[in-house]
Amino acid sequence: MSGSGFAGGLGLAAAAVLVCAMVIVWRRSATAIVHALALQGASLGTVALLLGLHQRSGVLVLVSVLVVAVKGAVVPRLLARVVAGDPASRETAPLVNVPASLVTAGALSFLAYAVARPLAALAPPPSGRLVFMGMAVLLIGFFVMASRRQAISQIVGLLLVDNGIALVAFLATAGVPLLLELGASLDVMLVVVVLRVLATRMQSVLGRVDIGQLRELHD
Amino acid sequence: MLPVVILALPLVAAGAAVRPWRPWVGWVGASSVACVLVLGVVLAARVVSGAPLIALGGLLRVDALSAFMVIVIGSVALLATWQSVRYLTHEIGAGRCTRRHASLYAVLVQAFVATMLLAVLASNVGVLWVAVEATTVTTTFLVGHRGTAKALEASWKYIVICSVGIAMAFLGTVLVYLASEHAGGSTPGDLDWTSLMRAARHLNPGVMRLALGLLLLGYGTKVGLAPMHSWLPDAHSQAPAPVSALMSGVLLSVAFYALLRFEAIANRTLGVGFPRLLLVIGGLLSLLVAASLLLTQRDYKRMLAYHSIEHMGLVALGAAAASPLAIAAVLLHVLGHGLAKAVLFLVSGEILLVESTSEIAQVRALLTRRPALGGLFAAGLIALLGLPPFSLFISEFNMLRAEVQTGLVGPASVALVAMAVIFAAVMAHGRHLLLGGASGSATLPSPTPRMVTLPLVGGLLTCAVLGVSAWPLQTLLVAAAHVVAR
Repeated sequence: MSGSGFAGGLGLAAAAVLVCAMVIVWRRSATAIVHALALQGASLGTVALLLGLHQRSGVLVLVSVLVVAVKGAVVPRLLARVVAGDPASRETAPLVNVPASLVTAGALSFLAYAVARPLAALAPPPSGRLVFMGMAVLLIGFFVMASRRQAISQIVGLLLVDNGIALVAFLATAGVPLLLELGASLDVMLVVVVLRVLATRMQSVLGRVDIGQLRELHD
Repeated sequence: MLPVVILALPLVAAGAAVRPWRPWVGWVGASSVACVLVLGVVLAARVVSGAPLIALGGLLRVDALSAFMVIVIGSVALLATWQSVRYLTHEIGAGRCTRRHASLYAVLVQAFVATMLLAVLASNVGVLWVAVEATTVTTTFLVGHRGTAKALEASWKYIVICSVGIAMAFLGTVLVYLASEHAGGSTPGDLDWTSLMRAARHLNPGVMRLALGLLLLGYGTKVGLAPMHSWLPDAHSQAPAPVSALMSGVLLSVAFYALLRFEAIANRTLGVGFPRLLLVIGGLLSLLVAASLLLTQRDYKRMLAYHSIEHMGLVALGAAAASPLAIAAVLLHVLGHGLAKAVLFLVSGEILLVESTSEIAQVRALLTRRPALGGLFAAGLIALLGLPPFSLFISEFNMLRAEVQTGLVGPASVALVAMAVIFAAVMAHGRHLLLGGASGSATLPSPTPRMVTLPLVGGLLTCAVLGVSAWPLQTLLVAAAHVVAR
């Protein structure tokens, strides 16, 4: 692949990951959020694929297939079932409204740019500049977890954090070891399965799955 | 070969527990854990004076520190799995749990033990991360095993907070990998702990500083260090007693073990100053949080949970000193705390079973009404409060001594004040529980079975023997401390 084509493609794919995070902040409908998450997983896989082709690393190409399968297909499908179980799953009373959320997400991207500078200096040039996007997705994930009250939104926030970290890992290093990536992907999948089962049980025990209702335990 | 057998034992026991639960399945689980403990001792004898043991093509590596942690896991898990038989029998008898649901519990407990063993035996810090993350997955359903709204809430908080925390640790691990890629040396881009230690002086300090901060946040969440502790009192108080014993007794220490390994690398890269600062902040905050919340505690299981936060704070301060004396004391403390805390959680499970309330205000005069339970609870509290003859006295004393020697006089004195406050608070709660006024509902005490009390007495006796003389462990502790400290 030619140098400029690679740099452009990589930038586009990484930006798609960040844009999907913004879409998740913008949309309230759970179905739309799950779609955005699937797209984000696919974009993340594309980043890994481009890096793998560029470095002629078979392992990284394998990792990219794994990422697309887990984060682009399996995890969103698992989430879609939770949504289907609760048809009224819209974020009805978020703690922060949409415009303010989008402004915050933008501000977090600037913060991420500052945080990622020491990493960008170490990473190879075309991808080093993009590391901040991963950091931004991570911070937006935190924000989503803190500002929304539906159980599904918390899972989505957690997945955003995870995708952000994966993007940083791909861009900053020349590909994390396969063992680590395998373990991480498997763990993410298991965590989502566990959260899904918990959410279903909470639906049956507590009625709606609203984190705001979880107030029994305190000092 | 030996480390592989140790890892395989709980997995085999988990396989045996898949069928609908019967008591013999529980005893198989307990005996497999007992074998882990025995093999852990054998392992320790092999590595204490020799070279580390490598197995599975370098994936597993056992030095004195790993072997010591295997012993800690084995001893606490033995107490917990033994008591699990009683817990499950009782839950099934009371109709709160089916045999199928009980088998889920038995499988998960063994899987939980296996993941902790993998964490301490792994040579690669990436595998260490995967194992610690896997402990979260295996324990979530255990925390919510009783299926009540409170238990579900506790497990939800637990998995969400710990997953976020452990994601930070993942980022930290990735940054360590990034630093090692650029370190030059013979094996660039390696996550093997020994290679990282060898390359430590060439790692990029800026990246390592960020990495250490993230690792401390991440593994610190699992350790229960303030301010990332908020899941701990909920999870530990809602989980079934044997699970609380495992989580409080060893899971916290296993996460702390990860921090010790990374601290050793960071100490070489950055000097002791920066890691020490982070650990002192985490340790002191934990002590202060524990002290302030223990004063007003109304629930005895939560009281024990906050007490764990205190002990993890003390251990973090000990690790901040980073001298061999300090680390040896930290490790002895981890074992002593594990045993005493496991015994106390198991006793509190029995108390909950016979009194059916976990409120301190509604349980009185245990010592006269239920002498066996009351006596064990009292002895356990004495051990946890760091009074002689129990080993926690020696380890706390030595940690403080090491802190003063390395110039941490200020943090050590703050710790002493917090410990005094906690001592007073726990004594007041304990006096109410154990002595208290004659309660109106003085039911006839049904004596606690020997099968239940004997292992608990054994746990406390071990703790006391280690306090009088650490001889069986002395050389192992020193060897383990020298793995990470010089």
